[in-house]
Amino acid sequence: MSNSFISMFDVIGPVMVGPSSSHTSGAATIAWMARQIFTGNPEKVTFTLYGSFAETYLGHGTDRALIGGMLGYKSDDVRIRNAYEHAEEAGMQVEFIVDKETAVSHPNTVDIVMTEADHTLLIRGESVGGGRVRIKRMNNIDVDFTGEYSTIIISHLDRMGTVAFITTFMADHDINIATLKLFREEKGKKAVTVIETDDYISEELKEMYLKHKYITSVDLIEI
Amino acid sequence: MNWDFKNAEELLQICSEQDMPVSEVMINREMQLGGVSREAIMERLDESLRVMNVAVDKAILDPVKSMGGLLGGEAAKVNALDEAKIVSGPVMHRAIMNALAVAETNASMGVIVAAPTAGSAGVLPAVLLSLYETRDLSVDTLRKGLINASAIGYIITRNGSVSGAEAGCQAEVGSAAAMAASAIVEMTGGTPEQCCNAASVALSNLLGLVCDPVRGLVEVPCQTRNAMGAACAYVSAEMALADVGINVPLDEMIQITYDVGRTLPESLRETAKGGCAVAPSLCNACSRDAALSRLKATM
Repeated sequence: MSNSFISMFDVIGPVMVGPSSSHTSGAATIAWMARQIFTGNPEKVTFTLYGSFAETYLGHGTDRALIGGMLGYKSDDVRIRNAYEHAEEAGMQVEFIVDKETAVSHPNTVDIVMTEADHTLLIRGESVGGGRVRIKRMNNIDVDFTGEYSTIIISHLDRMGTVAFITTFMADHDINIATLKLFREEKGKKAVTVIETDDYISEELKEMYLKHKYITSVDLIEI
Repeated sequence: MNWDFKNAEELLQICSEQDMPVSEVMINREMQLGGVSREAIMERLDESLRVMNVAVDKAILDPVKSMGGLLGGEAAKVNALDEAKIVSGPVMHRAIMNALAVAETNASMGVIVAAPTAGSAGVLPAVLLSLYETRDLSVDTLRKGLINASAIGYIITRNGSVSGAEAGCQAEVGSAAAMAASAIVEMTGGTPEQCCNAASVALSNLLGLVCDPVRGLVEVPCQTRNAMGAACAYVSAEMALADVGINVPLDEMIQITYDVGRTLPESLRETAKGGCAVAPSLCNACSRDAALSRLKATM
């Protein structure tokens, strides 16, 4: 199946909570992915809305969609409608910052900062239309992936041989790589390797990666 | 056998060679390129149809205010209309009601099937379900209608646009009307050529339709335009079934629609800076601050 295949369910779909595929469905998906990348249960989440998100978020339920996604709801889950109440029940504190000043590269952009004790993670997402999304930043590192494939996100130190280790290990486990991208904070410092694969990535594999001396965290996204 | 087609011409060629309706070619394409079984496709289609049905019923039986506060209860009002005032006949009456209902469900954060978009999600349920109910068709015919519509929607997505921000409402409600028109033709025994003609006529009739959502919300005039899109589908299909049309092949009409869409000024492409979005009476009735405070009060 190639990237360009347009399925009948891309046309008759997605099944989603309204009212907008970009402002509601896409927002829920960004937050859902952010929650998958953040290992743990965030106690506090701050959403900073830019561009069109900042202008029309209330009438599109973008806020509820973001909270819903953060609670692990997918974009067709009606619980999104009452996401504020569900967040309170879950003990998750949420805050919205509306930033109409900062220029962003895409009109539907959100920064999500999740905190649990001393663990903090920033994810920047863009809702690019039709419910499709891109993750563009993890903490200080610019990244670019969609979550449309099985995705493994490996944070590691930028040391020679680390990527070779990661890919060899995948080949040994019969996982075919669709795309591989390495993003670096700076040469020799923190790096993130994002691999989209055709095959399911097991938790077991994730644990194996974590034993490597330069790998600091491993997250999986399976939509 | 390669079941893929890039445009309407190739679709019609496969239909002719294989002596198959549009829906059967599309389902073969989906099985081949998507690597999925017919059963799996039917299951997903039934789920889509179920969601469409619930989206219609919910708004008629249990109406609620929309997120932006501009919609709520319109489908129920049409449902309560005196029989003597149902001027467009029972099928169109049902279609109008269904279209308004789905738009309400969508605008109140209910679950809908984007077809091809959330803003135009009312057109297909309006047409398919009204035809199904009033003509006592089989569920299988209903499924074929949905698959047929997806073939037309796919061709437009691939060669044109289904985005209001890119090409105006003609790309959203216009595309949905073209999809629905083609579906009606197959569901009532028309030929693949008539399907594509119906879609072409529907697009031509909505050519130039602007996207001008009040306050940028998917509410006004999106809701009533969905009902209009359903009417356009019926009108176009009936003409096509009688071999009345405009003799512009669907592929050409998709290109024309796309070209017109891209020449629309930015103010008329989902930016809420023109058209109904700047109607003085609408702007006065819901000035930004008043609307925001009302929204906050309901949260």
